[in-house]
Amino acid sequence: MAVPADSRLAVLTEADEGRLATRLERLWATAPGIVGWLSTVDHKEIGKRYIVTAMLFLIAGGIEALVMRVQLAGPDQHLLTPEQYNMLFTMHGASLIFWYASPVLSGFSNYLWPLLLGSRDMAFPRLNALSYWIYLFSGLMLYAGFAVGIAPNTGWFDYVPAASRAFSPGPGIDLYAMALILLGISTTVGAINFIVTFLRTRAPGMSLNRVPILIWSTLTASAGNLLAVPAVSLAFFLLWLDRRFGTHFYDVPAGGHPLLWQHLFWMFGHPWVYAIVLPAMGMVSDALPVFCSRPLVGYTIVALATVLTMVLGFGVWVHHMFATGLPMLGMSFFSAASFVIVIPSAVAVFAWIATIAIGRPRLTVPFLYFASFIVMFVIGGVSGFMTASVPVDWQLTDTYFIVAHIHYVLIGINVFPVLGGLTFWFPKMTGRLLDERLGRYAFWLIFAGFNIAFLPMHLTGLYGMPRRIYTYGPHFGWETLNLVSTVGAFILAIGIGVFFVNILRSLRRGMPAGSNPWNAPTLEWSVSSPPPPYNFVVIPTVASRHPLWEQELDETEHRSVIRTGPALDEGRETLATTPVDADPDLVLKMPEDSLAPLLLALALTAIFVGLLASAWWSAATAAAAGLLIVFAWLWPRRSLAQVAEVSHG
Amino acid sequence: MADTVIAPAADLPIGPMGHRALGWWGMLCVIATEGAVFVYLLFSYAYLALQPHAAWLPEGPPSLTLALPNTAVLVASSFIVAWGERRIRAGATRHAWLALLGTIGLGIVFVAVQLTEWHDKTFGIATSSYGSLYFTITGFHMAHVAAGLLMLAALALWTRLGLFDSRRNAPIAIGAIYWHFVDVVWLAVFFTFYLSPRLV
Repeated sequence: MAVPADSRLAVLTEADEGRLATRLERLWATAPGIVGWLSTVDHKEIGKRYIVTAMLFLIAGGIEALVMRVQLAGPDQHLLTPEQYNMLFTMHGASLIFWYASPVLSGFSNYLWPLLLGSRDMAFPRLNALSYWIYLFSGLMLYAGFAVGIAPNTGWFDYVPAASRAFSPGPGIDLYAMALILLGISTTVGAINFIVTFLRTRAPGMSLNRVPILIWSTLTASAGNLLAVPAVSLAFFLLWLDRRFGTHFYDVPAGGHPLLWQHLFWMFGHPWVYAIVLPAMGMVSDALPVFCSRPLVGYTIVALATVLTMVLGFGVWVHHMFATGLPMLGMSFFSAASFVIVIPSAVAVFAWIATIAIGRPRLTVPFLYFASFIVMFVIGGVSGFMTASVPVDWQLTDTYFIVAHIHYVLIGINVFPVLGGLTFWFPKMTGRLLDERLGRYAFWLIFAGFNIAFLPMHLTGLYGMPRRIYTYGPHFGWETLNLVSTVGAFILAIGIGVFFVNILRSLRRGMPAGSNPWNAPTLEWSVSSPPPPYNFVVIPTVASRHPLWEQELDETEHRSVIRTGPALDEGRETLATTPVDADPDLVLKMPEDSLAPLLLALALTAIFVGLLASAWWSAATAAAAGLLIVFAWLWPRRSLAQVAEVSHG
Repeated sequence: MADTVIAPAADLPIGPMGHRALGWWGMLCVIATEGAVFVYLLFSYAYLALQPHAAWLPEGPPSLTLALPNTAVLVASSFIVAWGERRIRAGATRHAWLALLGTIGLGIVFVAVQLTEWHDKTFGIATSSYGSLYFTITGFHMAHVAAGLLMLAALALWTRLGLFDSRRNAPIAIGAIYWHFVDVVWLAVFFTFYLSPRLV
């Protein structure tokens, strides 16, 4: 059916830009004041909130770690009781793995995706706000409990039977279960948003072979989350049923099995490892080449290896369970799969090394983070590769070797790229550059502190120190290594402190950045810093992987077009394109700012708090309120072109 | 410098249209993740069923007397909602409304029969791991049926209010695919609990 031509689709030229920008500013800007702040659906605002909130959990988890390191600095210390120590290592792991590592990457991706894709917002802006609020409230719920002395104390992977009611009668485990299921809703909502945004809102011409690696990696993580998060939410829900309603999923006498917990947890847990490192690796794949003044070596195989890593990541979960007495044949399969997964991971490592080797490296602060990340990726990868072998794992499991491994993976492959990425994109987010000198001090403190803390831990583990013991005797020979680790941890903390001081100083006093301070190739650097609320005055058309490097690279005669294109200025609008070729498909009517996401997140949180407190009527009331909010939210609206048009006669 | 041809967007439709609506793609993702929930639930059933037990099934294989006709009721409801979706695309608002009401009716019958089945069991959720699995998994499915019924009720209301026509009807397609998903999940649950014990 032919639809009448529309002036908003007319191709505009630079002459119209100023007038159009004013009009778009009025349409897309968030209202000033507290209500505007609470109701904004701007992906850039939400992305920044994700990053700031995740950093607060990083600080909380870091402080918990420092307290534990003080306890472990020497033998027979009694700063903490065993019970307090158990709570601290559980809160430390949960805070950093669940409430920092993934959300911080969601923050970067939320901020960057529409800018990288040449769009004006995520596919579902209100869902984006919803996922942030749920994330925030789930974390506040966990820490509200901690503040009044209710906290889980069975480790972040919360094994039964230790986590069953018989052995952990207090409410800490239930709190952990409810908070984590709530967080899972946030993660799932966010994952759906990324997937649909990828499929439908790439700029015209941005076919699958032209999207940045960050997009590939966040997409892969999102698809993985979509299929993996239900396993952990379910595991915790069944645990809660066992604890509160006397069901028998995990207890043997009535026909349950504690290994069911471990299977469900690690079916989620291992894909999750890739969900919290792949997007960070993607940030390096996109940002490292900028400092080598050349495109990434092996774009296609890096993109394919990213996806393949996640696919294989669903078939290795049993390597967390080698010491549970499973049949050798089954373990051999999972051991082999764990070896194979090294191949796609190594592909990316070689691509980064080749990019540095062939390029002309500029030794800026982001480059230092990215280059050292490669070294730590290799160390963490090799220690993981070692424990993929069943007999080696039997020797090392539950020792500090594993603690060293997980920290090389999570700090090396997540925190380092995040700090490098923050230095890299800070000028885009704020319009100001971070101080380079202070940045170098911070980097070297963090790099030295991290390695002083965690490299000796491999040895501590090989000398037999089990993880999670609250103290140790003087005759084991672990004192020196532990003291070194404690000193390293404090140097690392000071480095992180300097990094944050740099951020706070540069927010006010940093050098103005301009739109593209690093001479980077992707679309986010084509708009002002910080970008306007509508991102792009016109929807760009993309002709290559590096829209801003086409002149220098001169790969083809085609050029991307950024300053002319459809204006889409009749209300909040952006363009939908086809999933594979990114051909224009629809004009999308985007929603205005709304309080509905905040209210729905509050209702959901009230449901989970009600369940936790066994306040069934409160939970039911909150659920009814939530349903009404959803009903109002989804009511078809004329302004979004969701309603039958009145016949024109 | 050769310019890339800027896509002439002048004849693009405005707003959500059928399966091109973003909500449709979002619902496919919801189905993927909810499908995964049931995969893990049925995995839990299989994992615990395969452990050595003195007596796994408290009452022998569950009776098909009510469950089989009830399965037919749910499958039939899928065909009705599919018909309704076709009618709204043809502009027949009233037929679509009736189809949605018919689907809701069959869904309510299904829930009522399920509740009867629950009531007639001689074991409870806390009796054994089998009881825990039976009530939790059928309960999860019932919760999805309930969610589907609420969706269909909202769609019926909006259709009655004349908010949809042959062009603007994406929410009906989105609700219908969810309802089909709920039916397919039931077939998997039905096979697991009612048929698989008869096969061994």
